[in-house]
Amino acid sequence: MAVIIEKHATIGEAQRALGSDAVYLGGGTILMRDINAGVVQGRVIRSTDPALTQIRAVGDGFEIGAGVTMTAIAQHAELAFLHPVVRAIGGPQIRNMATIGGNLFAEPPYGDLAAALLALGARLVTGGGQARPIEEFFRDRKRAGLITAIHVPRLRDSKSFAFHKVSRVKPKGVSVVSFSAFLPRDAGRLRGVRIGCIGLGPGPLRAFSAERALEGQVLDQASISRAAQLVTDGMEPPTDALASSWYRREVAGVHLKRLLERMI
Amino acid sequence: MALKPVTFILNGEPKAAFTEDGQNLLDMLRRGVGDLSPKYGCAQGSCGACTVLINGEPQLACLVLAEAVEGLSLETAAGLGNATLHPLQEAFMQRFAAQCGYCTPGMLMAAKALLNTNPRPSRDQVIEAISGNLCRCTGYEPIIAAILDVAEGRQAP
Repeated sequence: MAVIIEKHATIGEAQRALGSDAVYLGGGTILMRDINAGVVQGRVIRSTDPALTQIRAVGDGFEIGAGVTMTAIAQHAELAFLHPVVRAIGGPQIRNMATIGGNLFAEPPYGDLAAALLALGARLVTGGGQARPIEEFFRDRKRAGLITAIHVPRLRDSKSFAFHKVSRVKPKGVSVVSFSAFLPRDAGRLRGVRIGCIGLGPGPLRAFSAERALEGQVLDQASISRAAQLVTDGMEPPTDALASSWYRREVAGVHLKRLLERMI
Repeated sequence: MALKPVTFILNGEPKAAFTEDGQNLLDMLRRGVGDLSPKYGCAQGSCGACTVLINGEPQLACLVLAEAVEGLSLETAAGLGNATLHPLQEAFMQRFAAQCGYCTPGMLMAAKALLNTNPRPSRDQVIEAISGNLCRCTGYEPIIAAILDVAEGRQAP
């Protein structure tokens, strides 16, 4: 079977065309690789709807079209909290092509931005127009349908979010692990802690044990040490070409500690 | 399989070509248009040898769907220099920045994209700009030096 490309002018048409048997082509950095390799066959849907590449301020946050590139996010002043994340992804060419929507579907070792969105409690807008919590999406990515936009909250405190990536090659290395920490504070105590990571499981995950160690606490050396000690509890870090499971378990806490210390 | 017509600007000149479903831009440029300057390396976005500028932005031709460049402006290394070499080409020669030469067209286009938007980059900015381009001869230092030569005006534009 060959590849059949279908272009649709609107998101709605693309959503209907996608059905259950087709795949969606965004920036191409994942899917074109598989088309080149002959791994992907059959119907491939793409859309030129301009809504997919827009960034809009809405209510208490931003609606980022799923087709917005890493470069476009890096150039958007109000999305400064995401700049350290998107600048650490790929090289310039990849950042000019890869999209925020595509990163949600990236397989390890990719997905730094997806984990950051998980930490931020982003909501994903589907072709039907509903916004759903990102956790629902990660429970079953294959059945997600078309993601058209991503809602990210506006940060009340710019220091409440930070990102740390560990890679062997700089610049442009893939993540051995990366952490994204969202630590909102209320009267000095952490309330609503969310930590996203990649490299410690089969895809982007929340570090629930570390989150529990920090929730309700003051961010200090004692709470940071506890979170760092517990971070891989309940996780099964993978062994792959980048690092062994043992190594990831050993260093995860060290890197989480470095990130959290920057946020004191 | 039906062929689709695509029209675009290549190095300042209007071009038309046919593309097959699923064909990437690199393949269309090389086989359909005859521009052999972008190189076929990994076909998975790792090496940067196929770097071309699309509306001024460096992208990887192997990961761009050929039919998606309808109406867009493309630049490849074949468009650098005319009767005389482009300053980047001249600087690459002076610095002996090409060993096997396979990465060179991609390096040149990544460097051109950098200098178009930032004519006086720092060394770190040069390194960042070519971080998506692999040189398997590992000859990065002469490449960085050549780009900095042009940036600092030691190569007359």
